[in-house]
This record gives sequence, structure tokens and C-alpha cells, in this order.
Amino acid sequence: MVDIPYEGIAGIPPAEVPEVELYHPRSWWTRYVFSQDAKVIAIQYSLTASAIGLVALVLSWLMRLQLGFPGTFSFIDANQYLQFITMHGMIMVIYLLTALFLGGFGNYLIPLMVGARDMVFPYVNMLSYWVYLLAVLVLASTFFVPGGPTGAGWTLYPPQAILSGTPGQDWGIILMMSSLILFIIGFTMGGLNYVVTVLQARTRGMTLMRLPLTVWGIFTATVMALLAFPALFVASVMLLLDRLLGTSFFMPSLVEMGQLSKYGGGSPLLFQHLFWFFGHPEVYIVALPAFGIVSDLISTHARKNIFGYRMMVWAIVGIGALSFVVWAHHMYVSGMFPQFGYFFATTTLIIAIPTAIKVYNWVLTLWRGDIHLRVPMLFALGFIITFVNGGLTGLFLGNVVVDVPLSDTMFVVAHFHMVMGVAPIMVVLGAIYHWYPKVTGRMLNDVLGKFHFWVTFLGAYLIFFPMHYLGLLGVPRRYFELGDTAFIPSSAHSLNAFISVVALTVGFSQMVFLFNLAWSLFKGEASGGNPWRATTLEWQTPETPPGHGNWGKELPIVYRWAYDYSVPGAAEDFIPQNQPPRATQLVQGAAS
Amino acid sequence: MAETVLTHAGQSTAQLEGWRGIAADWASDQRAFKNVSWGKAMMWIFLLSDTFIFSCFLLSYMTARMSTTVPWPNPSEVFALNIGGNHIPLILIAIMTFILISSSGTMAMAVNFGYRRDRVRTAALMLVTAAFGATFVGMQAFEWTKLIMEGVRPWGNPWGAPQFGASFFMITGFHGTHVTIGVIFLIAIARKVLRGDFDVERRGFFTSRKGYYEIVEITGLYWHFVDLVWVFIFALFYLW
Repeated sequence: MVDIPYEGIAGIPPAEVPEVELYHPRSWWTRYVFSQDAKVIAIQYSLTASAIGLVALVLSWLMRLQLGFPGTFSFIDANQYLQFITMHGMIMVIYLLTALFLGGFGNYLIPLMVGARDMVFPYVNMLSYWVYLLAVLVLASTFFVPGGPTGAGWTLYPPQAILSGTPGQDWGIILMMSSLILFIIGFTMGGLNYVVTVLQARTRGMTLMRLPLTVWGIFTATVMALLAFPALFVASVMLLLDRLLGTSFFMPSLVEMGQLSKYGGGSPLLFQHLFWFFGHPEVYIVALPAFGIVSDLISTHARKNIFGYRMMVWAIVGIGALSFVVWAHHMYVSGMFPQFGYFFATTTLIIAIPTAIKVYNWVLTLWRGDIHLRVPMLFALGFIITFVNGGLTGLFLGNVVVDVPLSDTMFVVAHFHMVMGVAPIMVVLGAIYHWYPKVTGRMLNDVLGKFHFWVTFLGAYLIFFPMHYLGLLGVPRRYFELGDTAFIPSSAHSLNAFISVVALTVGFSQMVFLFNLAWSLFKGEASGGNPWRATTLEWQTPETPPGHGNWGKELPIVYRWAYDYSVPGAAEDFIPQNQPPRATQLVQGAAS
Repeated sequence: MAETVLTHAGQSTAQLEGWRGIAADWASDQRAFKNVSWGKAMMWIFLLSDTFIFSCFLLSYMTARMSTTVPWPNPSEVFALNIGGNHIPLILIAIMTFILISSSGTMAMAVNFGYRRDRVRTAALMLVTAAFGATFVGMQAFEWTKLIMEGVRPWGNPWGAPQFGASFFMITGFHGTHVTIGVIFLIAIARKVLRGDFDVERRGFFTSRKGYYEIVEITGLYWHFVDLVWVFIFALFYLW
């Protein structure tokens, strides 16, 4: 054992504040279906998000079939292609990644990592899931209504989003807006829970600066979401009114199908401002939980404390704050007052500073660490590489003069897929490999996991890296087919076919992962409570998977930060957060 | 939640100065906000989020109003009433505002009596608050009816920019929904107070959580927020 800076909290039992009144399920229904237990809600969130995410994955295959082999597949027409693009983007960004990181990982990890028995208001938490499920069902129903889902692109820009000629103008756009409104209501109920749990329901000894970075990432992202989703809520309500009641918030007077439309005087730019005031923070709502989780994965599997913990926390908070003042960099080509571009380019590039701090700290954590290349670590390393790549192209696109020619090309598609598609998904997959043993008590199969990683990582690179080149050639995004355009060489077409083949391969390799998830549930090797020998509280629960109320009779007491790995002189190469300092010190501490 | 005071509120190591002290206080053991219950913290954070919703609505309205090329109807004239042969601008809105702000007063008194465990007065004052709120919504319904009779629609009106009707119905409708929800909650909580639920810590029907008199205050927070928002709507929509 080793001398740990000791703060006099030993011997004081954790305060079970009077609000801790667990809801005890009395039947199968209230235990597994209408459950108020955050762990069950987390699994419900994760399964629902993954199910709708698989739909989005299939949509991407259809898009790639069309792009790679235009004219070959008669069952995809131009309208459907636009619908696939729209639904793929919307599902992946909001219904999969946001819901999975905050509703899934947030619900599971926050109470366990801060040493709480549950979220502060389990009933509201349960409602959150059911409203989210309703939002997903409304969204999915658009595939079956007359006219199909909206094809306005995931940004849903008016006026075209609600004009005739855009696919899904009848039902699709109305249901999309309704679904978004429901999602925001559901998310708010969950998000309030996550924030209050982190702020007010930590166990004794768990100061904010002892929280694992996972909690910091999810917490900051949730705060941002509570402040950013209102803009999307308002934009959705107003677009819905424009479509349903014929108001003209966003609709200018224009000629539609040869006739002057009923609209007049609205501002399409207003929608873009509202949308991106939500949309840019949304990037970091997805990225910050990934940052947090990856920090913990790297530290645990490199058996080394995270480098610069305090700076990591401030970087997360700083990125969160900055991301609210950069939104118009999505609008450089929208006809904005040009000098605003200067402001927004500056703020955008400033974000590179905290982001770079984080990347350096991850790399410095790895430096001379005892790196175990287990599957979660592989995904964490894959994240760093794809994220750096996506971040560097972000520097291109943040500059007005570079962005203008690259806008609406495949370069943008490559950039955001790298930075907020592949990178967070890498973390999601790594996190599933990491916490699956805690959720189920069994390990995922290692061989299948490594296969899954290499195909996914290399495949994702082969898909998205060439897209930068396509973008530099000027290949536009969202085009159904390129046709015989003079400036696009035939190599671009070959490259498109290549990307499609790889995309299908990577897509199907995910089935290996799904098989692994299902197979290991029954046949996986038993994991024990702490297979990775990690320090954070969720690995110290008396039962695995954690029981109702998480902690048995008494809440844990936290004595140290979350990163006591390879402490010199310590018996083990990790010291759990709830392990008291050595006995002599304990007496000293109680006396002082 | 009556007793939220923590015994042994953590280590009292050297006090830090300035910003470091503030950061240390916020980051300290167990609770960022000492003596603030979960429910109250949650309501404050919800109100912060709701503030952003109303801000977006109002900013959108102001954008529409500033960028429209047709004249904006004069609110003083649109919202004038003829009472006893006198043409009084904005009189209805003035009365509505007065009623809503008065309701904040009765709500504050209800919170006070709640903490004194005076069940009857607390419930009575909450019901008075709810009655004020219902009156407000009723007068808003009257105002809507009057405007609709005069030909104002979300998609147009006889006097100018079509965004006038659109913004008016959307913003006052959204605010009126908030007031209506508040009235429903006030009545429900008043019933619980009167029945003595918070004295016997009876468990809630949905949440199966024990109730405390603090719920009166939390309801009050929401109610004061709705009033405060109205002041901004009043200033930015009617007085501009």
C-alpha cells in the first residue's frame, strides 16, 4: 500500500439522503417493461436505438448501391434516394447516437459511476424512454405512409422541405417534425435526471473532480442538449405550422408549380440559424460522451492514469461552451453577412485548442503505458486516428475561403462522417466491448471482436478517406447520379464503385458483432465483477450485473480519483475508488 | 423534502480564494448545490431549458417583425377595447398582466404558509392563484376570439404582415399552455395540501415518492417563471 493524499472523510458513513426511496417493482411488468430502474431503461434505450440504427444502416447500403452502380438497380429512384439520405442522417445523428450515448450509456453508467442507487426521479426517467420509443415509432411509420418519408435532407431546410416536388411532402415532413418534437420532450425528461443525478446525488467522497471522465462527457453533453434542443423544438413547431396552417415563418413568397404560393414574407435563413444553433452543439453532444468514454478506455487498458485530468475536464467544458458560438460556420454559403464569417471562423478554429489538448492527453496517456491491445483498446485507438483525421479536415471547412468551394461536396460528407460518424461509433463499439461484462456478466468473444474491429476500422477508412478526394474533384453530395459531367473523371466513378463494395462489406461485418452479442449472452466466458481490473465504481458493485439499487446495503465511499493505475508501491496495478487508505492513515485521519 | 441539511458536509480543508474557491465549492462532495433538494434543482434546470425555448420563439418573432416588408399592425390599436364609449389602447392586456402578477403574490404567500404547515391557508392561496391563472387564460381566450372575429388568422390579417397573426397565436398559445398546465398542477397540489398528504408523507400515485411541503415552492418556481416570461412577451410583443 502507498501513501495517498488523504482527505478526512474516513469513518463518516455516506449520507443516505432522505430522498433515496427506491421504487420496488412488484411484478414482471414493472421489473422489465415499465421499469423505473435506470439500468433496465438504459438497455431499453440501447436496444431501441440500435434497432432504428440498423434501419439507417440498411438505408446507407441502398444509397451506396445507387452511387456505386448508377442505373443498375431499378428499385431505387431519385425520390427514394433523397428519402434514404434524409432518414439515414436523421436517424444516425439523433435517434441512434444521441439516444445511445445519453439515454443508453448515460442511464447505465451515471448512477453506477457516481455511486447512486438510481437516477433521482426514476418515474420521469421511465417516461423519457416511452416518449422516445413513441418518437421512434412515429419516425418509422413514415416509411409506410402515402408518399413515404421526407426527402428534404436531414437539415430539412425550408422552403423546399414543405413544397410539393419534395418527396414526403404530404405526410413525411409532418411526421418527421412531430417525431422530433416528441424526441425533445422525451429527452428533456431524461436529461434533467442525468444532470441532477450528477450534480446532487453523488456518494460521499465523490467530488466533481473525482468523477470519471465518462461522467463528465455525458454530463456536459446533457447540459448542452438541454440548451440546444430548444432551438430545434422551436424550429420544428414553426415549420410544422408553416406546413399545416399555412403560416409564413420560414416561407418567402415564391412560385410553386407555376403558381404563386400562398406563402409570403418568411425567412428561410431564420430556420437555418435555429437549426444550426441546435445542430452544431449536437455534434458535440455526440462527441463529448465519446471523448469521456474513450479517456476511460485508454486509461484502463493502458494501465496508466489519464494524463492531465484537470485539463481534460476543462477541455470538455470549454468545448461545450464554445460550440454554442460557432453555428453559422454551417452557413457560409447561405447568403449571410460576409463579415460574420470572420467571427464564426475564428470561434470555430479556437475549438481546435481544447480538442487538441484532449488528443495530446490521450496520446500522452498511452506513452510508456502498459498497453493491452484488447478489443476496447483497439476501438479507442481507432477512435483517436479517425477523430484526428476528421478534426484536421474540420480546420479546412472552418475557414470561409476554403469552405466555399468545398461546400456541398463529398469532402463535407467525408469530414463529418469521420468526425461524428465513424469516431463516435468506434467509441460506442469499444464501450460495448468494455461494459458488456458488467451488463451481462459474460465476456464478448475476443476473436470475433478483433475481426469486427479490423474490418470496421480499415473498412471505414477505405470508405471515407477516398471521399475527400472525390470532394476535391468537386463531386457534389446528395446527387442521385453524376451522369456524364465533364469535370468528373472516370476514376471518380470507379472510386464510387470501390467505396460501395467496401461499405457493403463493412455493413455486413456488423452482423458478426450482432451474432457475438447474442451468442456471448449465453455462451460467453463468465467475466466476474471486474474483468478489466478497473478502478471506477461501476466495477466494484457487490453483484454483477448490478442488482436493484446497485450497492446492496450501504453506498460506497470514495477515497480517490478514478485513475489510480500502476501506482508505485501498490500491491496491485489498480486501486479502486472506494478502497480506503491504509489503516494507520485512517486512524490519523479520524483523529485530525 | 424537509431536511436536506447534510450532517458532516465533507472536509473543511483550507479555504480557497477567488475563482478557485468557486470551482472548489461547486465541485465539492456529494452536492454541487448544498441544501437544494433534487426536485428543486430539477425545476431550476428545466426552467433554464424552457427559457431557451421562449427565447427562440421571441427571437424568431422579432426577426420576422424586423425583416417584414409590409407594415406591422399597430398593437396599441389592435389590442384596444371600447369600454363605455371610450377607446382605451391595450386595456385588456394591462388587466391580464395585472392579474398574472397578482397571482405571483398569492403564490409567494402560499409558499410561506406551506412552510408553516398551515394547510388551509396554503391550499386556499394556491386555489386563488389557480383562479387568477384561469382568469388570465379566459381573458386570453376572449382576446383570441375577438381577433379571430376581426379576421386575424395564422396565415394573414386585414392590417399588414401575416407574421403578426402567426407569431401572436404561436407565442401566446405556447405561454397560455404553460399557464394552463400550471393551473392544473396548482389545483392538484392544493388538493394534496388540504388532504394533509405532506404531513403524513403520503406516497404519490404515479411516482410512489413521499411528498413534502417543498413541492408547493417548486410549483411556485414554475409559476413565477411563467409570469416572468409573460413580462417579456408583454414588453416585446405588445409594447414594441
